[in-house]
Amino acid sequence: MTTTEITDDGIVSDPDTAALAIEDLELSYVVRGTPRAVLRGVTFEVRPGEAYGLVGESGCGKSTTAYAALRYLPSNGQIDGGRVTSSGQELTSMSAKELREFRARQASMVFQDPVQAVNPVLKIGRQVAEAFEVMGQSKSEAKKSALAALHRVRIASPESVMDRYPYQLSGGMLQRVVIAMALACDPKLLVLDEPTTGLDATVEAEVLDLVRDLRSELNSAILLIAHNLGVIRTMCDRVGVMYAGRVVEEGTVEEVFDNPSHPYTVGLLNSIPRQGLRKTDRELFAIPGNLPQIGEPLPTCVYVDRCPIANDTCRTEVPPIVDRSEGHWTRCHFPDRLDEIPEPEEVSEVVAVGSEEVVGVHGVSKTFRQRGHDIPALVSVDLGFAEGETLGLVGESGSGKSTLAKTMLGVYEADEGGEITLRGRPMAGKATKRVEESIRSLQMVFQNPDSALNRAWTVRRILTRSITRLTGMKGDEADKRAVEVAEAMRLSPRHLDMRPRQLSGGLKQRVAIARAFAGDPNVVVCDEPTSALDVSVQAAILNLLASLQRDDRTSYLFISHDISVVRYLADRIAVMYVGRIMELGSTEQIFEGPNHPYTEALLSAVPSVDGQAENRIPLTGEIPSPANPPSGCVFHTRCHRFIEGLCEVTEPEMHELSPGHTIKCHLTVEQLSQPVEITEKDRMADVAEPLE
Amino acid sequence: MLKFIARRLVLGLITLAILLVIITLIPNIAPGDPARKIAGGTATPERLAQVNESLGLRDPVSTQLTNLGQSVFTLDFGESFSVAAGQPVMDLVFTALGNSAKLVALSLIIMVPLAILGGLVAAYKKDTWIDRTIVNTGLAFSSIPDFVAGVFLLAFLAVPFEFFKVQANAPPGSSILVQIQHLLLPAIAVLMVYFGYIARITRAGTITSLDADYTRTAFMRGLTTREVFRKHVARNALQPTVAVLGTQLGYLFGGMVALEIVFQYPGLGNLIIRAVDRADYPVLRAGVLTVAIIYMLATLAADLLIAWMNPRARLNIGEDA
Ligand SMILES: Nc1ncnc2c1ncn2[C@@H]1O[C@H](COP(=O)(O)OP(=O)(O)O)[C@@H](O)[C@H]1O
Ligand code: SF4
Ligand code: SF4
Ligand SMILES: [Mg+2]
Repeated sequence: MTTTEITDDGIVSDPDTAALAIEDLELSYVVRGTPRAVLRGVTFEVRPGEAYGLVGESGCGKSTTAYAALRYLPSNGQIDGGRVTSSGQELTSMSAKELREFRARQASMVFQDPVQAVNPVLKIGRQVAEAFEVMGQSKSEAKKSALAALHRVRIASPESVMDRYPYQLSGGMLQRVVIAMALACDPKLLVLDEPTTGLDATVEAEVLDLVRDLRSELNSAILLIAHNLGVIRTMCDRVGVMYAGRVVEEGTVEEVFDNPSHPYTVGLLNSIPRQGLRKTDRELFAIPGNLPQIGEPLPTCVYVDRCPIANDTCRTEVPPIVDRSEGHWTRCHFPDRLDEIPEPEEVSEVVAVGSEEVVGVHGVSKTFRQRGHDIPALVSVDLGFAEGETLGLVGESGSGKSTLAKTMLGVYEADEGGEITLRGRPMAGKATKRVEESIRSLQMVFQNPDSALNRAWTVRRILTRSITRLTGMKGDEADKRAVEVAEAMRLSPRHLDMRPRQLSGGLKQRVAIARAFAGDPNVVVCDEPTSALDVSVQAAILNLLASLQRDDRTSYLFISHDISVVRYLADRIAVMYVGRIMELGSTEQIFEGPNHPYTEALLSAVPSVDGQAENRIPLTGEIPSPANPPSGCVFHTRCHRFIEGLCEVTEPEMHELSPGHTIKCHLTVEQLSQPVEITEKDRMADVAEPLE
Repeated sequence: MLKFIARRLVLGLITLAILLVIITLIPNIAPGDPARKIAGGTATPERLAQVNESLGLRDPVSTQLTNLGQSVFTLDFGESFSVAAGQPVMDLVFTALGNSAKLVALSLIIMVPLAILGGLVAAYKKDTWIDRTIVNTGLAFSSIPDFVAGVFLLAFLAVPFEFFKVQANAPPGSSILVQIQHLLLPAIAVLMVYFGYIARITRAGTITSLDADYTRTAFMRGLTTREVFRKHVARNALQPTVAVLGTQLGYLFGGMVALEIVFQYPGLGNLIIRAVDRADYPVLRAGVLTVAIIYMLATLAADLLIAWMNPRARLNIGEDA
């Protein structure tokens, strides 16, 4: 018998059979003696065998909910009300021993960063075996089970992995190990908290594939937490959208993402570039304001302060749960007024990219020397930046993107032979030897603004200093310019007298951008500038970069692992692998294909919030080290279109597929357009060559 | 790993060589007659001659240096001038070293487990009154200078209780238990001075380790708190503690001058201070070199221990883990 119980706070159909049922959970953290509410009545259930996703901006309480699901709370966490049950057992009233049993046999958790999740001082084999020993297996049984478990997560040589220490394995391999450990007990409930957030898109895709495949072999229900909406869309059956400690909308992933019914969900979805959106189409939607602090009283609708359609009803009455369709509900007074939410602005003026090359990179190589070995990290790179153009740069980590950025900026000195030019004139390799003009014209924005900004200084001081250094302006003049620049970054005057630590991540990144723009640069190198930010903040930063470009005709080298972001902002895209540009073309050409096999694999890895099923081309194995590049085509060790006898012998030349679209591959357009077969063996992950 | 030890020993030898040069040069570069400076202003001409003779101060500096280097390898630093006139320096140093070793060993046996336990408990009970009590007690004690701690112990323990001895040095021929009984007060003083420091380091390392995802993974796997500490936390959390203990060991051997004086204990620190006091240059330089060597060996031992605890550190010492 199933009874559907509609409480004030959501819907739980059957707490006795659900793999996880959280009912009206209220939880707070005690900060300096005061309890501050974090979860404000969270209700949802994960049914047996189901994958349930939780999305929301960071700080909304997703991880707290995940920990609560296994009753693992920080020492200052306290449950103020509600129930957590798993298969009818109530976790909130378990003894310490029962709880240990429950964790050992029925539930598992996988954390965000696999490197942190394994003990650095113990061999992998020891740690995996321990997961079986906890369930009472003997040492030798546990070892056998551990081997089988590693094999199950598609690790090709489990014996060799067992014998390694964590630091000897890549992030993707470690996440497989962590998943193997989590699955040791064949859990009824598997909680994954941002399991792929720190990983490369290709590795992320592999890990997600693995989890998806394992789901069919297991009877686990999955609670998947991610801020990447695409990940949730491709992995989950149902999703709950969380805001300020409440689930505000719930339904199947199709319903919620295709038919969002809560203003917050709409905001989230509009803030990411979807369906091939480009900067010339429209701006992204940045949700104004910030997530409320923990403990802030939110008596009515939790979203009221940021909701574009809020009215007096919202401020005085708690919104009810409104059913939209079978199993899809929203917690909003006015789900039918969503079309009143202002659309993001259309971009009216489209400024054409100039034709003159402002900055050029011609035949630039960079060879590091380490312990007597040459490490060619960049191999004759050719790129040009036209005025007002964004060149997107993609490639897995370790492919040489940041080295290229730093070489352009003169942090590293390029090898003899190549040159970096400013309006046709070569500049010195080292930044310290560059003339003022060259330094001013090339600036950089980093992923992590914290490391780039002097923490002891006010924003005003940070900006005026850069202005003085880059333009020679001093005193009042520099100060006036600082105010101007800050205004252009939509920083308010009061931010000028704050210090970096008083600012949120998004604001800090604005300061970093302001500093880069202080001297009116020609090219700004942006190295993963939004990777650490939430989507709604990312939207604001991307809008800002696009509008600065329209006004100032600045060019960008835009590095990002998020392909949809690159697609939004870039006019042209370069694909890098082992220090070489493998493909270069306009954004349209890259997305229409045909592509270099590496690009093909990269593009197929992207989990899309729009839900089109993709035929993923696995990129297993590790990216080769530039110290030891493969013979012939550097991609041949991982290429799914590899031609024996040719690719491992001869390095292909860059050749043109169509005007402006070049690739470094032996294959012709026709050959590249043929679909390929993917075998099971292609999907096994192996460790890199034995360590030196 | 052997390569690492060899490299460290070579580095140690270089440090030692530099130290030798300094020790040789000091009497020679300061203005005035070196023998007079060493023997003191009131020394008789015979005494000055003796000093010159035994230290070879009339020889060229290079010869002095080779002689001193030779002394190190033959363990022969000549005879003491004044601390125990006529006795071979090395005999004095070895006796004092043995005494110091006893005191240091007992101090460590008492202090290290207590301080580590204190640190672990404080970390586990972070921000509770237990944590605050441990941290503040440690802080209060470690702000007392060691000789003050010694005098307090004498006044409040040795005077009222027969069991505690004023003299740290047991009468010759005493059993090991009696020797321990005599050494108890200075060892407690060491505990007072070091407890806070070592506990604080341990606490910090443990908090980091407890907060790490691998510890969460271990808890989530259903291990008990004890198992989590033993199997996962300890080896990660205690690495800084080991490093600090390694650097402090040299100090314990040579730097506990005040405590050794308060408890009238003939340890290495005491010997060095007496040598300074009585201008016994041969004893002084042998004592200083001994402390330097102990310091080197102790830090080397700590590094090896850390390498055993942490596979990544093994990389730095050149062993493939
Ligand atoms: N131990 C803690 N003490 C105090 N505040 C905390 C603690 N852990 C998390 N928080 C705060 O609780 C809120 C929710 O955190 P979290 O559950 O980690 O959110 P999410 O996983 O959605 O990013 C955040 O504001 C965070 O800063
Ligand atoms: S209840 Fe009102 S404030 Fe809340 S989301 Fe709905 S419309 Fe916005
Ligand atoms: S040259 Fe060969 S190995 Fe390289 S990408 Fe083309 S097909 Fe693959
Ligand atoms: Mg989180």
